[in-house]
Amino acid sequence: MSSQKESTVRTLVVALLVCLVCSVFVAGAAIALKPTQLDNRLLDKQRSILAIAGLGDASMSSAQVKDMFSGTISAKLVDLETGKFSDAFDPITFDPLKASKDPKISSVLKGNVDIAGIKRQERYSTVYMIENEGQVDTLILPVRGYGLWSTLHGFIAVKGDLNTVVGMGFYQHGETPGLGGEVDNPKWTGQWPGKTLFDDNGNLVLEVVKGGVDPQNAKAVHQVDGLAGATLTANGVSNLLKFWLGQNGFGPFIANLRSGEA
Amino acid sequence: MSQPTIKEVLLNPLFNNNPIGLQILGICSALAVTSNLQTALVMSAALTLVTAFSNLFISMIRSQIPSSIRMIVQMVIIASLVIVVDQVLKAFAYSLSKQLSVFVGLIITNCIVMGRAEAFAMQNPPVLSFFDGIGNGLGYSVFLIALGIIRELFGAGKLMGYEVLPLINDGGWYQPNGMLLLPPSAFFLIGLFIWAVRSWKKDQVEKNVYKMASQVSNKEAY
Repeated sequence: MSSQKESTVRTLVVALLVCLVCSVFVAGAAIALKPTQLDNRLLDKQRSILAIAGLGDASMSSAQVKDMFSGTISAKLVDLETGKFSDAFDPITFDPLKASKDPKISSVLKGNVDIAGIKRQERYSTVYMIENEGQVDTLILPVRGYGLWSTLHGFIAVKGDLNTVVGMGFYQHGETPGLGGEVDNPKWTGQWPGKTLFDDNGNLVLEVVKGGVDPQNAKAVHQVDGLAGATLTANGVSNLLKFWLGQNGFGPFIANLRSGEA
Repeated sequence: MSQPTIKEVLLNPLFNNNPIGLQILGICSALAVTSNLQTALVMSAALTLVTAFSNLFISMIRSQIPSSIRMIVQMVIIASLVIVVDQVLKAFAYSLSKQLSVFVGLIITNCIVMGRAEAFAMQNPPVLSFFDGIGNGLGYSVFLIALGIIRELFGAGKLMGYEVLPLINDGGWYQPNGMLLLPPSAFFLIGLFIWAVRSWKKDQVEKNVYKMASQVSNKEAY
C-alpha cells in the first residue's frame, strides 16, 4: 500500500488532480464575482471623486454616492492633443487606461517626456466637472504615475480659477503600507486644499518637497510636506502632477478653458 | 491514541492551547491588522474559514496525498481558499479589503493554517479536522479581538469606528495613546496576555531550559 502510494506516477497524478480541482474552483469564484467587483470599483472611484471635490463623506451609502455623483458631476471627454472637448467616445464608458493600451488612440512616450513613468499615453481622457450656471465651479482631472513600486491612480480637483486646489487623492496604488501608503492619510491629503498650481508668470510650480514646508517661504503656497520614509513616492506624486498638468497632459485644455475656447 | 472529541478540538484552542498564546504562531498578522476592531474581526473570520476548510479538504484526501509532496498539496489547497476569500471580500466588502490589503493574501503564509493542516488534518477524519480548524481560528480570533478592542479604544478612543472616549482634539477629555496604533504595541499586549493566561493556567509555563545555580557562598568564591 505505502509503496504504491509513493510511486512517481501516483505522485504526479495526485498533484495534477489537486491543481486541476483547485484551479477550476479559483477560476469559478473569480468569474462569478467579477461583476460585483467591477461595480464596487466604479463606486469607489465615484466616491473618491466626490471626496476629492470636497463633497460628501466616507459614511455615505452606495445609493447616496450614485445619486450625488449623477446629480452634481458631469463627465466630459477631452482631446489631450488639441485641448478641446471631444465627442469621439462616450465619456461615461470611456476607459482611459484601456485606451492607453490601444495603439490607435494612444502613443508611446519618450523617456525624457515621460516623467510620470506611464510609458503610453492615451489621446483622450475623461474629466469631471461641477458646473454652476454654465461656469466651471470645480474641475476634476484624472492623474496617474509611478511611485516607488506601483502606478498611483488618482484625481486632482481645482476651483473655477483653474489654479487653486480643492483636493487631491489616490484611489488605487500599491505603495508600502505605513510609508508610501501614507499618500492615503487624510492628514497628508488635507494639506492640499488651498495650494495653487501656477506662479505669477503662469509656470506650473506645485510640488511635494522633502521634509516640511517652511511657511515663511514665498513658495509655500505651491508646496506640500514630503512623506517621511517615502521620498520616492513623494517625488512620484510631484512628477505625475507635473506631467498631467503640463503641456503633454491637460495643459492645453486648461489654457483653452481659461480663454473660453474649449 | 484515543481520538479527541469535537468539543475538545473546538474549545481547547481558546485558552488551553491557544495558537497565539501557547504555540506563538500567527504573530505577524496579529500585529498588523489589530489597530482597529473591524479589520481584526474580518481577519479573524477569514482565517477561521480558511483554516476550517483547508483542514476539511486536506483531511478528506489525506490518505491519497503522497508524503513526498504533501506540503505542496497543502499549500495549493490553502492558497486556493485564500484567493477565493480575497475575491469574496473584494466583491462584498470593498473598502475593508482595501484596508486589509496584502494581509488577506498573507493568510497563505500564516503559520496556524499550515500548522493545523500538517499537525492535525493529516492524521484525523474530516469532520473532526473541520472543527479543529474552527477551534484554532477562534483561538486566534480571541487574541485578535482582544487586541483590536484595546488598541482601538485606547489608541483612537473609538470602537468599530464609533466614538466611545471623546478625544481632547474634538473637545473631549481623553488624550489618546498614539503608540497603541503602531504595530509594536501589539507585541507588548500579546506579551501581557500570555503572562495573564499563564498565571491563570500554570501548566502552560514552560520548564526552564537550564536552572540557575543558587548563589555561591563566600567560601566557594575564594
